[in-house]
This record gives sequence, structure tokens and C-alpha cells, in this order.
Amino acid sequence: MSEIPTSPTEPSPQKASPQWGRIFAWVAIIALLVVVAMVLLRKQQGPVAVGQKVPTFTLTTFDGQQIGPEQMAGKVILLNFWASWCKPCEQEAADLEAVWRYYQPQGDVLFLGVAWTDTEKASLGYIDKFDITYPNGPDLGTSISQAYRTTGVPETYIIDKNGNLAYLKLSPFTSQAEIKAAIDPLLGP
Amino acid sequence: MRRYLYTIVLTLLLGLVVAGAASAQQPTPSDDQVNAIAKQLYCPVCENIPLDVCPTTACAQWRELIRQKLADGWNEQQIKDYFVQQYGARVIGTPPPSGINWLVYLVPPVAILAGVYILYHAFRSWKRPLPEADVQPTNLEPPAEADTTQDEYIRRLEEEVRKG
Repeated sequence: MSEIPTSPTEPSPQKASPQWGRIFAWVAIIALLVVVAMVLLRKQQGPVAVGQKVPTFTLTTFDGQQIGPEQMAGKVILLNFWASWCKPCEQEAADLEAVWRYYQPQGDVLFLGVAWTDTEKASLGYIDKFDITYPNGPDLGTSISQAYRTTGVPETYIIDKNGNLAYLKLSPFTSQAEIKAAIDPLLGP
Repeated sequence: MRRYLYTIVLTLLLGLVVAGAASAQQPTPSDDQVNAIAKQLYCPVCENIPLDVCPTTACAQWRELIRQKLADGWNEQQIKDYFVQQYGARVIGTPPPSGINWLVYLVPPVAILAGVYILYHAFRSWKRPLPEADVQPTNLEPPAEADTTQDEYIRRLEEEVRKG
């Protein structure tokens, strides 16, 4: 009976040495997959959810005014993303302005308009057309819309006095009553 | 006479000033000039469609903005920088090499190099003769005590075919 040939008992030098190349390759592949997974997860997250703390930002208005967390602290914030080329935005523009004028004297509500991927000339034309008086500014570098993970325009985020998202509207408001109904519960003592 | 002379000189000077101002004014940029820059930009509204062929109102406004900037004497790089500042880095077709964007530039060449390395080693291992210890002796000759059952079966089979 012939003996079955077996592998040599002494390990070859190639197998004995640590295979750093392979280890590095696996680490690189796994790191790449983790990065891709994180990006995909972030993309699938959708907008900021109701109840969550909202991202802080500073809006530079078209007239150069800076509105940041200090100016927003302790107020109910209505943050509206719009664009001059957006027809649904026009549906709610007049209602938003009317409601802003209703709450403005109290001082505890602040409306902010963010012009998304719009040209300044067209944005100013839109503001003029609807006689909008609340602060509006461009979304420079689309940093605000990215922080809020917006999906388009119009989108409106109503933030309570503690900085949590209280109400989210991913389509135009259809009446002033609808806007007030979202803000009034947040104005308690 | 002197008054007439003054009038003529003044008119000539005014004419020169007006002509100079007119020649200093930039001509209206053509669609080709605008599209040469627009095709390198993408608006976030219609992703993956270059600005020069995007049919939306937003993109039409952006093209007008390019035309305006060109008329103001801006060059291509200045306009692209302006768009990045206003609308973010994703408006340009190639992301700037910073932060996580480096992966876009690093991964493809590294993957190609890794592929070449793997193929090189695979070809070498195919060409390399097997070590002696791994080679099994092949015996092509029939065994001394061959099994005659198979032969008998074939012989009977052939006989049946001949009869048949």
C-alpha cells in the first residue's frame, strides 16, 4: 500500500511571512464598503424627522443681514425652502406673508425664507412680486438644504422654541388657517 | 470763428468718448459661449443632465446667469467658482479633490493596480511547474491484473451488434 503524499512539514517562507499586502487590501476594501454604506444610509434617511433636534445654521439674507442661532433662540421658527421657478411655491407665498404679518407684532415667531438653487435676480423678483417682508436669503452652497436633507421645494419646517422640529410640510400650504394651526400649539407659555 | 473751432473740437472729443465707451462694452455672449461653460455644470434640480441641455426653468435661469457673467467680463474659472460658492460643489461634473471626494480619484487607479497585481501573480502561478511532492504519479499502462469483467461485457456487446 503506497503512502499518500502529504504536504511538506516545513512551511514555505512565502506562507510563513505575514501577508501584509493581503491584509492591507482587505482593510481597504472593507473601509471603502463602510464609506459607501454610510453615504447610502445618509441618502436614504430622508428629511429631518418631527421631534428631532434640527441642525443649526446661519442665513445671510439678500440685504446682507445675518440670522443665526442667537436670533432664533427661544422663538418658533418657520423655515420655508422655495425657488422662483417653483410654481407650487407661488401657491403658498401670499399665505405665508399674510401669516407672517399676523404673528410679527408678537415677536416670538420668526419666518425665514431660503431660496434654493435660485439666481439672485430671479429671487428678488419673486420677493417683490409677492411683497414678502420676512427675511429671505440664498442657500449658499446648498448647505442649509443639505443639513435638513430637503427633497425639493416647497418644503416648510416649523421648529419649536426648544429647537426641535414640530411640524414638517413637504408640499405647499393651502390656506392661512393651515399655517396657523401648525404654529399656534407651539406658542404656549 | 474761434467759437466754431471750440464747438468742432468739443464735438469731436465727445464723439471719441462715446465711441470708446461703446468699444469697451462686452458684446452679448453667444449661446455657444454660454453652453461651453454650461455643459460642465449640473443643476441639483435635474441631476445628471448637463446644464446646456437641461430644459427646466431653473437651468434656463442659470444659463442666463452665465451669459450675464460673461458679459461682465468674467472668465470660465471665475464663473465655475461662483457657481460652486452659490450652489455647492455638486454643480460641477468633477468633484473637487478634498475630503471624501479623494476616493473618486484614488479608488480607480488603486483598483486597477490591484487587478494588475492579482493577474500577474495568477499568470505566474499557472506557468510555474508544480512542486514534486504535489505531483501524483500517473500510470497510463493498464494494471497487471486487469479487471476482465469490462472486456467480457464489451465482447458480448459487440457480438450482439453483429447478430442484430
